Amino acid sequence: MNDNQSLNLLDRALGLDQQSRTWPLSGRVVLIEDCVETTASFVLHHLIKRSLSPNSSNVIVFVAFANPFSHYDRVLRKLGCNLVTQRDNNRFFFFDMLMLQCPGEKFRFSIVLFCYIKIVSRPDGDEGKSEVGLVSLYEKIRKTISLLPEDKKSHVTVMIDDISLMEVAANGASDYVLDFLHYCHALTSEFGCSLVTLNHEDIYSNTETPTFILQMEYLADILIKAEPLATGLAADVHGQLTVLNKATSHALGSSRNKVHNFHFKVKENSVEYFYPGSRG
Amino acid sequence: MAETICRTLRDGGLDGEHAPALVIKDSVASPFGLDVFSHVLTQLSNYILAGKSQSRGLVVVAFRRSPSFYVNLLKERGIDVNHKWVRILDCYTDPFGWKERLNVKEHSQEASTLSSFCKDVRDLDKLYSSIVELGKGLIGQEKGRFSVAIDLVSEMLRHASISSVANLISNLRSHDQVSSIFWLLHSDLHEVRVSTVLEYLSSMVASLEPINATTIGQKGDLENLSLLEQNFRKGKFHVRFKRRNGRVRVMCEELHVELSGINFTSVSSEDGIINQRLLPKVQFSLQLSEKEQTERAKVVLPFEHQGNGKPIQIYDGRRSISENKNEETLVSTGKLQTDEDTGKGEIIYFRDSDDEMPDSDEDPDDDLDI
Repeated sequence: MNDNQSLNLLDRALGLDQQSRTWPLSGRVVLIEDCVETTASFVLHHLIKRSLSPNSSNVIVFVAFANPFSHYDRVLRKLGCNLVTQRDNNRFFFFDMLMLQCPGEKFRFSIVLFCYIKIVSRPDGDEGKSEVGLVSLYEKIRKTISLLPEDKKSHVTVMIDDISLMEVAANGASDYVLDFLHYCHALTSEFGCSLVTLNHEDIYSNTETPTFILQMEYLADILIKAEPLATGLAADVHGQLTVLNKATSHALGSSRNKVHNFHFKVKENSVEYFYPGSRG
Repeated sequence: MAETICRTLRDGGLDGEHAPALVIKDSVASPFGLDVFSHVLTQLSNYILAGKSQSRGLVVVAFRRSPSFYVNLLKERGIDVNHKWVRILDCYTDPFGWKERLNVKEHSQEASTLSSFCKDVRDLDKLYSSIVELGKGLIGQEKGRFSVAIDLVSEMLRHASISSVANLISNLRSHDQVSSIFWLLHSDLHEVRVSTVLEYLSSMVASLEPINATTIGQKGDLENLSLLEQNFRKGKFHVRFKRRNGRVRVMCEELHVELSGINFTSVSSEDGIINQRLLPKVQFSLQLSEKEQTERAKVVLPFEHQGNGKPIQIYDGRRSISENKNEETLVSTGKLQTDEDTGKGEIIYFRDSDDEMPDSDEDPDDDLDI
């Protein structure tokens, strides 16, 4: 099948239809926001599939807080992508962070050690006990990227599923999560890799100023929002995606700040994307 | 107006006065703060290189973007970037010392010759002394001044209290060798109090507002979407200038975002174009010429008083006797009057006798017994 024909509306909104030698998302930050009625994990799956397609040489570093490897493997297999093979080929690096959910238990020793170092190095080090977890996670990601051959370093996508659970793992210290995200952002400018994160919008909706999600939106170059339809539930339409593509100046040829909006229907083996009113 | 900002920053401050300071405020609904920041940065760099500005050099404190971003930005706009006039304090690459702790070696980049690292952004005293040190390094032993650009104060506020950040900025402003200072703030990340404090510290406030008041969060229909798209192409650009004498001037422009950068257009001209477009296109003229307008203004409308100084008398048909006497004298001089204003009609009426009652609504036959 011709690759161009298989591109759907989401690909076009993300600019994946551009004919360029470099990966179109390279050096950019993608934020996927969903809500409890409409989960957007299928966008993440789609991006995994696109990145690992046979005619690209992308590498994925996947940081999983939400699901174990077997889950992603099953989902991606249905989409026609074998994660086990990709993992063996060093194209898919999976960091299982489900265990990080209780850093108080698991990292107690290292925290004590860390606090000791911190106290020695800086007397005011009384904040954040989970930083060690995120620092070591950053170290792992960085090491993985720097061990790759030089030509592959700019083709790395770091994916985090999902940030809200990372916040849980960090015992609610959202500033440390933002620090971590800042370092991941620094990776994108250092190596030219891309960063894809998933977060839930509605869990911040009650706070007066949803600073955390706003900070993430400021970091993002591309914002993908999954929402239920404004008109309510429908049998043929499962929700709508709004893609805001803030193209930076290096993306030549494309117009800046485009907003795309389309509906989707999640099927067993694929997802259909279509313009509102064109179906159903 | 954006020009005025850049010129004010270029001209710098007088001896013994605070340096002019600009805060650029944006929000997630109109996130062009960095574009405006880059615009001001480029303009000021041009002035510095041309030797037109008071400052001899520029210190960029990079929180939000990497030093190489700024080097590339200036190069793309045709500016020669060298260590003689620009230094970058790198608070982006390793702001919390994680890399240092992990013994990560930095890649040598072109930007690294211009930049120096800040390994702990939480220590604002150290940050202040590094900025001043870099600035002094630029101007050397000569008597000169330098400008400071901080790309995101919001990032500083994440780790430090507003009072310490305000202290840093205020110290920079009052430093004798600082010519001008400008910084960027994401206003929706902070309480109103915080941005107000920072506005007090500045002589110019440039705030970016969306054209249409919609947010991406609204569960919207397609109409909403097009408004949203408009918001991401242009925005309102309000600037408040505070003069030394306390006078405050507010100006407004429209900002357009394009691939190459941003453009400013004045709002009034835009409004004029819209007004012209609102008139329907018809074959006959709907508008009046100047001559027609002055002529129209001269026309006295029938209900308006003629205003020739005379008391206005309206005959009501029931004047009293005393008035009647006056009327008789009027009649005697009647001839003169009619000569004066010929063409004016007059009703002359004499009552036959006092028996004749003035006209009234009473029925004259109501005493008859029919």
